[in-house]
Amino acid sequence: MIEATALTKRYGPKTAVEDLSFTVKPGVVTGFLGPNGAGKSTTMRMLLGLDAPTSGRAVVNGRSYADHPAPLHEVGAMLEARAIHTGRTAFNHLLALAATTGIPRSRVEEVIELVGLREVAKKRAGGFSLGMGQRLGIASALLGDPATLILDEPVNGLDPEGIRWIRDLLKSLAAEGRTVFVSSHLMSEMALTAEHLIIVGRGRLIADTSVEEFIREASNNTVRVRTPDAGKLREQIAGPDVTITSDEAGVLTVTGLSSEQIGRTAHEHGVALYELANQQASLEEAFMELTRDVVEYQAVPSASRPNVTEGNAA
Amino acid sequence: MSTTTAPAPVSAAATAPRGKVTQPRVLKSEWIKFRSLRSTYLSLLIGMVVMIGIAALACWAVANRWPSMPAMEKAGFDPAGRSIDGFFFAQLAVGVLGVMVVTGEYSTGMIRATLSAVPRRLPVLWAKTAVFGGVTFVVTSVTALISFFVGQAMLSSQHIQTSLSASGVPRVVFGTAIYLTLVGLFGVGLGTVVRSTPGGISSLFGALLVLPLILHALPTSWANDIGPYLPSNAGQALTTLHPDPHTLAPWTGCGVFALYVVASIIGGAIVLKRRDA
Ligand SMILES: Nc1ncnc2c1ncn2[C@@H]1O[C@H](COP(=O)(O)OP(=O)(O)O)[C@@H](O)[C@H]1O
Ligand SMILES: [Mg+2]
Repeated sequence: MIEATALTKRYGPKTAVEDLSFTVKPGVVTGFLGPNGAGKSTTMRMLLGLDAPTSGRAVVNGRSYADHPAPLHEVGAMLEARAIHTGRTAFNHLLALAATTGIPRSRVEEVIELVGLREVAKKRAGGFSLGMGQRLGIASALLGDPATLILDEPVNGLDPEGIRWIRDLLKSLAAEGRTVFVSSHLMSEMALTAEHLIIVGRGRLIADTSVEEFIREASNNTVRVRTPDAGKLREQIAGPDVTITSDEAGVLTVTGLSSEQIGRTAHEHGVALYELANQQASLEEAFMELTRDVVEYQAVPSASRPNVTEGNAA
Repeated sequence: MSTTTAPAPVSAAATAPRGKVTQPRVLKSEWIKFRSLRSTYLSLLIGMVVMIGIAALACWAVANRWPSMPAMEKAGFDPAGRSIDGFFFAQLAVGVLGVMVVTGEYSTGMIRATLSAVPRRLPVLWAKTAVFGGVTFVVTSVTALISFFVGQAMLSSQHIQTSLSASGVPRVVFGTAIYLTLVGLFGVGLGTVVRSTPGGISSLFGALLVLPLILHALPTSWANDIGPYLPSNAGQALTTLHPDPHTLAPWTGCGVFALYVVASIIGGAIVLKRRDA
């Protein structure tokens, strides 16, 4: 169980995480989703006590991480940036971590076997591929057989087989009743792995929802309308919860109204429709839509609206 | 949060003991880290070879020159001190290693794994200090002894050697090991403060080597007042048999140097505890 309460982190003038509250429950994989620079890694570092929150509180299994007498047994973590000395072998890396809490050598061998690194365990980690490095990170997270796992972008740089392996592993860990909190900037990946989603953008919470719900909402709220009378239709269907955009003349993209509602309104006002279609917005599009809203919500002047992925120069 | 009954592949085989983090365990962890890096062996080996090599060379040169050496120079000759002169170069190897014991973790990102495992942080610094200090003292003591005996063997051709039982000689030999160990620990402390390898190395050798040079630019009376208290001057009082008038007494000097080292480690502890990893 992970509980973040009003977590805020500022680096100088830059706010990386702002007033972020959420709970991660055991038994399911919870995806922590957001574009690059959204504050996912920062949040995870705060959960692990590596970065001190500017304000707010992070609690893992009932205490702040640093207050656990046997942290590796409580929380297994894999951080985004590789946390491995390049000059040390995978085996010695794990052995040194294990020693801090008296985990025996046999367990080190066990996790090496488990992540499939036996062949290279006695090689220096500096020569590891990205995928091998991720596997070593997972091995160190599993060392203490922890009830909670925090993994930052574990599928980054993996081949399809590796991605599949991690996906199955995370699900089985959750099925055993563990808390599994895994970040990603890829909606498509989280849709396959996670059951629950915590979505952030620019350091703020955007959504805290089940994947099922997210998909349901994402897939049927956009309608494409082609009409010779776009201006008139636009006036008639406009409303507080309705967003209308137009990328080409005579075509409107409407969110907030069903195709039935639009069709009826058009009929009532004598507007001819050439095309009226529900758009199956892809998950990725829905996700981008959500995170773009956040940028606007932050009221950055549109002329200098920063790129979401960069987000620094603001 | 109870684990389901089916034995899961990821679980620890038996009900593994859920050990707490303790200082002895962190010490063991740091020992594993220290002995599992090539740079450890490389730095210590370079330090040893250089120091012993210089002992042999310097003493051989003196023995060669002895018959033609002016009487005044002969009178001031310190056979013990000459045989451990190579400490000046050995301190570079030991100092760099001391810095890198800490900064190597920052440059690679290892520090985040380390501090996740030991979130109270300070036990890591104490353990690094103990492991590095202990190993370095043993290695530099052995090196100083070998240098001493090799040097004396060279000098014996002119019968100008001294022995370990002569007054003040053990202090010079083991004092050199103490000085080198303190240099390394100074590196550990400064490395923990600045967190970067180049920053750590330049602050360490800035303090040890550059400060005395700057002092030369000052008026002589100032230089004589301040000079003895500079870290390297204070520490090196241990390494000569006959300290010159502008140095502190050997153990006083050692104490002053140790104060610098302790201050750097305390500074490191404060930074380690307070700043984000
Ligand atoms: N140590 C730091 N110093 C300054 N800014 C930082 C630091 N860490 C992260 N940031 C900034 O905070 C924001 C969030 O970063 P991060 O948590 O890495 O996002 P994510 O993991 O979601 O991609 C970014 O704009 C990043 O530049
Ligand atoms: Mg990140």
